[in-house]
Amino acid sequence: MSSLVPPPSDENNPEAKAGTAALSIRGLAKRFGEKIAVNGVDLEVPPGSFYGLVGPNGAGKTTTLSMATGLLRPDFGQALVHGVDVWAEPLEAKKLMGILPDGVRLFDRLTGEQLVTYAGLLRGMDRETVMERTGDLLRALDLTGDAGTLVVDYSAGMTKKIALASALIHAPKLLVLDEPFESVDPVSAANIRDILAGYVHSGGSVIVSSHVMDLVQRMCDHVAVIAAGTVLAAGTVDEVRGEATLEERFVELVGGRNTSEGLSWLRTS
Amino acid sequence: MVADLLKLKLLLLRNSFKRSTAQLIGVILGGLYGLGLLSVIVVALVLLGTADVSLIRTILVIGGSAAVLGWIIIPIAATGIDMTLDPARFVTFAIPMRQLLAGLVLGGLLGIPGVVTLIAALAQVATWIRYPAAALTALVCGLVAVLLCVVASRLVTTAVSSMTGSRRFKDVNGIVAFIPLIFLGPIIGGVTAGFQNSPGFAASLADVLAWTPLGVLWAAPADVAAGEPGLAVVRFLIGAATLVLFLVLWSRSLGHALVTPPYNAVTKRAGGNLGWLGRFPSTPAGAIAARALTYWLRDPRYFASLIVIPFIAVLLYFSGGASGGGFAFLGPITAFLLAWSISADISYDNTAFSLHLSTGVSGRDDRLGRAAALLVFALPITLVFTVVPPLITGRAEDLPVLFGLSIGLLLTGTGLASVVSARYTYNVPLPGESAFKTPPGTNFTMFAVQFIGWFVMLLLALPEIILAIVYFVTGDALFGWLTLVIGSVLGVILLVVGIRSGGRWYDRRAPELLLSVSANR
Repeated sequence: MSSLVPPPSDENNPEAKAGTAALSIRGLAKRFGEKIAVNGVDLEVPPGSFYGLVGPNGAGKTTTLSMATGLLRPDFGQALVHGVDVWAEPLEAKKLMGILPDGVRLFDRLTGEQLVTYAGLLRGMDRETVMERTGDLLRALDLTGDAGTLVVDYSAGMTKKIALASALIHAPKLLVLDEPFESVDPVSAANIRDILAGYVHSGGSVIVSSHVMDLVQRMCDHVAVIAAGTVLAAGTVDEVRGEATLEERFVELVGGRNTSEGLSWLRTS
Repeated sequence: MVADLLKLKLLLLRNSFKRSTAQLIGVILGGLYGLGLLSVIVVALVLLGTADVSLIRTILVIGGSAAVLGWIIIPIAATGIDMTLDPARFVTFAIPMRQLLAGLVLGGLLGIPGVVTLIAALAQVATWIRYPAAALTALVCGLVAVLLCVVASRLVTTAVSSMTGSRRFKDVNGIVAFIPLIFLGPIIGGVTAGFQNSPGFAASLADVLAWTPLGVLWAAPADVAAGEPGLAVVRFLIGAATLVLFLVLWSRSLGHALVTPPYNAVTKRAGGNLGWLGRFPSTPAGAIAARALTYWLRDPRYFASLIVIPFIAVLLYFSGGASGGGFAFLGPITAFLLAWSISADISYDNTAFSLHLSTGVSGRDDRLGRAAALLVFALPITLVFTVVPPLITGRAEDLPVLFGLSIGLLLTGTGLASVVSARYTYNVPLPGESAFKTPPGTNFTMFAVQFIGWFVMLLLALPEIILAIVYFVTGDALFGWLTLVIGSVLGVILLVVGIRSGGRWYDRRAPELLLSVSANR
């Protein structure tokens, strides 16, 4: 199934410099009013890695990824995609990236097929390639039967999948996926994991944010734990988790577990 | 429980102030407007007390009936205008029906329209103060009438909301319900003409209304004042019976709505149809034009402004007559309105705009695509609307000057709108919402941008406007042709300049645009 998705292309992206990190985040920071959402985050995503970004709700994952992908202007810091500065040369950097933002709307009055085609044409690709790849992507994500349905009528999981297809259409060198598995059914999630694994295997790099530790531990080779806008730990999954599971290590780093005997009235017996 | 629902409504109201200062300003302006309206109504009602009984009756019955009708119609025209106490949100709570009904009725009164209606109804007592028995009747009937207003509007809301589960219904309803509103002007005009032409018209209208559920409760005090208490009792009973009937119907449909969550039936459709995306050039600008054109036809928020266009023609024809007034300028007026319609394009995209940002579309392509989508249909429509009126009125010699004005305004306006939409965003109805739902708040910014924008547009088109005025004053055909030349040339130049400088703004500020539209959701 993964063979259906175009592998990351080198010839289209002459800007990519060999040997540099796929994504390099240096001291990114952002504040909204009084609240410091991201407080100086540094991350190095090595080329060909499958990088997990985990953290509790409100940790600043989405804000960090938005700043790294050129969607939100940072107050401080820098983001480099294969050595290209996202904020100094946005158009070049964006050619290298496929982005699945979380919590944004889609042009949902287009059909699924039209939306993916639109994303491809916006990238300046020619129509034949776009149509061919759109067909492949819809098939790989099991959306062929709904290709002509308006995206506004899609379920939450289908919407996620069509947004993912829009991010893959131009065969980027780096995929930035914010919560790609949210509300996606288990079968589709497994298909998506296969696609991403094949993509990484062929030389692409992926950074995903997720709440699901188990998924990150099985899927990713690198991980960063982020809380309150700061990176608490980063490295290969084995380095970060040590002897424990990733979930145990995460709870240890982030804290906040309630160990008291609360809610005694909730027990039915 | 009733008190809890009221507290909830007040809390929602208070929290809505906290969201942003702009919103607070909007609420305050709305409140001031309501207060101004209210004081005018109260003073008028008090002064009305000195008139004779039949005049008081006519005015109260017509005004009161209009208020009831408004409470019924407005929720249909604008589904979702005030859904803060949407019954669908109480589905998971086990609230006894009686208490839910009472809570929702009182909740409906808490709000600017409710308070204004209530106080106006109470002010009626002051009108009838010279007839104590009538004043007492007015107090009772007024309160029942206010309840009738709220219950009727809630009944309509509930009935409509059980249908609005389907997206298609929502889309169609948003537009269809708007059509009568467009004709509100001519209808009011007709009624006003009726008043002017025959002095007895108002009285006979009031006589009819006085026997309908809309007007019975407002007519009863006049019966008492006129010495016919029996008639008043009959009218009151009709009003009270209507209220009870509405309450029963409402409680039934609410009970039904609470156990049938909205369900959106969708038919699966295979692909293979790219629509406009398959027909426009396969460049970023072409794709944006194709997408924007698809939205003009498929998104009710855009389609609503499209469907208004033919009605403008009809309205201008009937208001001024074929020969004079606005109809001759149908082309320029249409051009003006259409050109300005893309000035809020990015606000309408809302956060879907992030796709343009993440794919790295250049500002020039973005502006060009949106302008092209508009011009694809706006240019032919404007040209037809420019040609037809002079041909109907037999003033074909005006064609050059009208063409000059139309083309000039359309191109200039499109250029200006391309700059404005890259620079300003404001709260517009969100994707999927009714086209006529105005989000509270930032209205002020919106109106400021609109009015200044219109002013600047006329300023930019001043050369052709002045030439056109000279033509109509002197009647010299030369100025007509000059208008055509100057209008076209200047229009093209300003369109290019607008797309370029709008594109530069866009390139510099696209992330800030995304941030500001994401605040509106």
